[in-house]
Amino acid sequence: MRVDLAIIGAGPAGIAAATEARAHGLSVLVLDENPAPGGRIWQAIEARAAKDDEDRAAQEAVRAFRASGAEARFGATVWCVEPEGRVYWSEQGRARDAEATQVLIATGTTERPLPIPGWTLPGVMTVGAAQIALKTGGLVPDRDVWIAGQGPLLLLYATQALAAGGRIAGVLDLAEPSGRRRALAHLPAALRAPSYLARGVAWRLALRRAGVPWIRAAEIRAEGAARLERIRFVADGAVHTRPASLLLLHDGVIPSVQITRALGCAHVWDEAQRCWKPTTDMWGRSSHARIAIAGDGAGVGGAAVAALSGRIAALGIAAALGRLGEAARDSAAAPLLAARAKHLAVRPFLDTLFAPLPIRPEDDTILCRCEEVTAGRVREAVALGCLGANQLKSFTRAGMGPCQGRMCGPSVAAVIAAERGVPVQEVEPYRLRFPTKPLTLGELAALHEQEEALEPHTS
Amino acid sequence: MMAERFDVAVVGGGMVGSAIAVGCARRGARTVLLDEGDVALRAARGNFGLVWSQGKGDGMPAYAAWTRESLRHWDSFAEAMSGAAGTDIGFRRKGGLIFTLGEQEWEQRVEDVRRLHNQIGGASTPVRMLDRRELEELIPGTPLGPRVLGASLAPEDGHVNPLLLLRGMHAAFRAAGGTHRPGAPVDAVRPGFTLHRGAESIAAERVVIAAGLGTPKLAAMLGMPVPVHPVRGQNMVTERLPPMLPLPASAIRQTAEGVVQIGVSYEENLWETATTVKELARMAARAVQVLPPLRHARIVRAWGALRPMTPDRYPIYAQSQAHPGAYVAVCHSGVTLSAAHAGPLAEGILAGRLPDLVAELGPDRFHADAA
Amino acid sequence: MLTRPDPGSVTILFEGAPIRARAGESVASALLAAGILAVRTTPVSGAPRGPFCMMGACFDCLAVVDGVGGVQTCLVPVREGMRIERQHGARDVAAEDAA
Ligand SMILES: Cc1cc2nc3c(=O)[nH]c(=O)nc-3n(C[C@H](O)[C@H](O)[C@H](O)COP(=O)(O)OP(=O)(O)OC[C@H]3O[C@@H](n4cnc5c(N)ncnc54)[C@H](O)[C@@H]3O)c2cc1C
Ligand SMILES: Cc1cc2nc3c(=O)[nH]c(=O)nc-3n(C[C@H](O)[C@H](O)[C@H](O)COP(=O)(O)OP(=O)(O)OC[C@H]3O[C@@H](n4cnc5c(N)ncnc54)[C@H](O)[C@@H]3O)c2cc1C
Repeated sequence: MRVDLAIIGAGPAGIAAATEARAHGLSVLVLDENPAPGGRIWQAIEARAAKDDEDRAAQEAVRAFRASGAEARFGATVWCVEPEGRVYWSEQGRARDAEATQVLIATGTTERPLPIPGWTLPGVMTVGAAQIALKTGGLVPDRDVWIAGQGPLLLLYATQALAAGGRIAGVLDLAEPSGRRRALAHLPAALRAPSYLARGVAWRLALRRAGVPWIRAAEIRAEGAARLERIRFVADGAVHTRPASLLLLHDGVIPSVQITRALGCAHVWDEAQRCWKPTTDMWGRSSHARIAIAGDGAGVGGAAVAALSGRIAALGIAAALGRLGEAARDSAAAPLLAARAKHLAVRPFLDTLFAPLPIRPEDDTILCRCEEVTAGRVREAVALGCLGANQLKSFTRAGMGPCQGRMCGPSVAAVIAAERGVPVQEVEPYRLRFPTKPLTLGELAALHEQEEALEPHTS
Repeated sequence: MMAERFDVAVVGGGMVGSAIAVGCARRGARTVLLDEGDVALRAARGNFGLVWSQGKGDGMPAYAAWTRESLRHWDSFAEAMSGAAGTDIGFRRKGGLIFTLGEQEWEQRVEDVRRLHNQIGGASTPVRMLDRRELEELIPGTPLGPRVLGASLAPEDGHVNPLLLLRGMHAAFRAAGGTHRPGAPVDAVRPGFTLHRGAESIAAERVVIAAGLGTPKLAAMLGMPVPVHPVRGQNMVTERLPPMLPLPASAIRQTAEGVVQIGVSYEENLWETATTVKELARMAARAVQVLPPLRHARIVRAWGALRPMTPDRYPIYAQSQAHPGAYVAVCHSGVTLSAAHAGPLAEGILAGRLPDLVAELGPDRFHADAA
Repeated sequence: MLTRPDPGSVTILFEGAPIRARAGESVASALLAAGILAVRTTPVSGAPRGPFCMMGACFDCLAVVDGVGGVQTCLVPVREGMRIERQHGARDVAAEDAA
């Protein structure tokens, strides 16, 4: 298969980019591992009843995407992108590939891991996980469900869960109070995009009205034998224990950089959001000529920014392929760029208000869930001279499991940085190589052309 | 500022430098190990982990003898490194296999084994051919594919977790009082010897250049022309599986954790460590022919790493004639040879004379006029 | 726990016992709805694990789906009659191959 543009991810960014690119006559292939379009915020949007104008606008965007003529494949997990534009994915147990002149990576975010003692117990999940269960399965929390951490998604989920008839035992706010004060300095700029602020206030009010306890807490632990049974935390200077059937953790979202890292694209440290993101220009172009990035995967800006940046990237690509003159590109992009700047004005306020939690795990807290590597093991490896995540990975197996460091990368880097006494951006993150998602050896073998697999020429 | 003084400075904290450093420090020498930072061309972190004599030294009996010497030291070396690592480094030596797929490979293998066996000076260790039935008797539970006609077996070969070996060497080095300085490349080495690294300078009676692909540049500063080039090798590992392959084989082995590691490629003169679908697919195609159930297994990780390779593929060891006390060590089977590097080689370096066993492995074999 | 008023019209089997699921949801979601939190034990320590991220990133919701082990149940939509079993430790590909 040959296309002008391959888009990975059908969230707001990928959907908007595909629709815009089709409008300029590009042939477009969209790949997403979810069973349907929508990404995170609009997950299962086609199957849900619209509750408000936002839902209706989302459904309209998805309808336009479906009608755009882009070839969309779902249940399609991308595991390799070559710098020259070839894309490989797995679909229904078969490896497939396509050749694209340009590739747009719109793979969004994952939740920043929040390692606490006991977080591997069944019954401890992320807030995002519970939200996906709500959107796709109509599941609501009931009886002894606790939420802990910080971040807007935490508030949003709690509100959505209550509106859907759920019950929440309490919210443990783990944020350090200083963030609130520092955020005030950014308030004037944030007023350029007041809807974000109004929403935040509404969420807190909804929780208060429903009588959900809001507890400033620290040192939270999940406890139980074969599954979560209770939580323990410190609040008001005392240790508290509560029965818990489910604990939902959250500490913000960070760009999914697996593909851009494995491609060797340049990345920068975003100090405000305390995460790595790929370097992009205003059109979303990466350091590789054929690779662009749009949406929260290029830096977290929220769904509206994601959709705008998807359209902007598509305009840039259409122009690069000669389907659109530069003047036409610029005039089409101008209002989109202005709208994006307006939405982004609120970020410094939000990023400060929702600053990520400090990572100071106890020695016996697991950081790498796959290989069950504790913070103590990580500290031992630093004492042996490991300066970054890669030597450390060799010495401890942290990051070697199937998740490829998605669940431990940020916390391992934070612990190394703390041990070395350097800023975390000076710690080399895990080097990633394709395949960035597992596929079977059988699938991979089927891509080998010859009948007989020959031994390589050996030494 | 006065430079710090050491008895021995080893440049390169990969497979070779770490082994030499550990050998020197454990013999009481004040040793400093200088290494680059977290991201570096470090084959020590990307190799296949075979402790392997089979097929080694075809056309170079001295290499076969040196490999045999290393194998002789491996049991005690592994025990010491496990002790230092605080965990079993996974050294197992119950024999190593090279599977043959189809008639042609079988015949080729028979011929190779015969030639090496008849070589003057001998093969490194005994190797014998096993037909399908003999192979099934040796590894009864292993689900071999129909095209596996047999294998060659070197009973003295084995494998190790090379990452834990590296960890063990670093831990043992520190425990023996060695000074480990990772973080930046050595920029220059001056006779005498002074090593420069940024603003830092370090003085040593002896210097060992064991910097893998970084060796030629530094060795040249001490009058030793050492030709080394990269050969990329790709690897992949599966999810953890129950035990199915009790013996390591060329390009396929199951680790103590249950992971099946599949190799390898030989890609000449590439200076980058990316993976390619083309090579991984070829490797996968072979692996599923050897062990068909593996076709269901998921690949969880793949990587590329660069072998430091010499023109004739045999190691290079030398002491500089212009600057006695300066040594170089570089090879492509640094895991296998690590026991010899930590043992007789380190001993020779401290004594001021390389072991006789490596006399023929100097770089003068490439340059008639070498210093 | 997570619950819902309408259990759905699809039936899948978990460890041989029928549970109800909603069309379009993932296997992991259906298991959570049925109160099943632990779906596997790890090959590292044998510790129990269950769905954690629900978006294909954490690889903790691995189970045996229609005889195939190590499947990310959060990415697989339910199908009528689907058989789900717990994944105990390392996945036995040789047994799967023989079956
Ligand atoms: C769990 C979660 C829930 C969230 N919920 C909300 C919310 O309710 N409201 C809100 O404002 N923001 C939410 N966010 C923030 C969210 O990132 C953005 O608002 C928005 O969804 C970003 O859009 P996007 O198009 O950049 O990426 P996403 O919407 O994240 O879309 C990325 C898409 O890429 C696909 N993908 C990723 N990797 C691959 C691959 N290798 N192969 C194939 N497909 C792949 C994913 O399946 C996904 O559909 C959430 C984030 C997370 C992680
Ligand atoms: C895919 C693959 C499979 C392999 N399989 C096997 C196997 O099964 N069995 C086996 O025996 N061998 C195997 N090998 C070979 C083995 O890994 C190498 O022989 C061995 O690692 C070489 O050791 P080295 O120390 O010379 O180089 P490396 O291990 O590459 O280390 C070189 C070190 O020098 C450092 N360095 C470089 N320049 C400087 C400088 N200027 N200053 C300071 N430090 C510097 C680097 O940072 C690095 O730490 C394999 C190799 C590869 C790539």
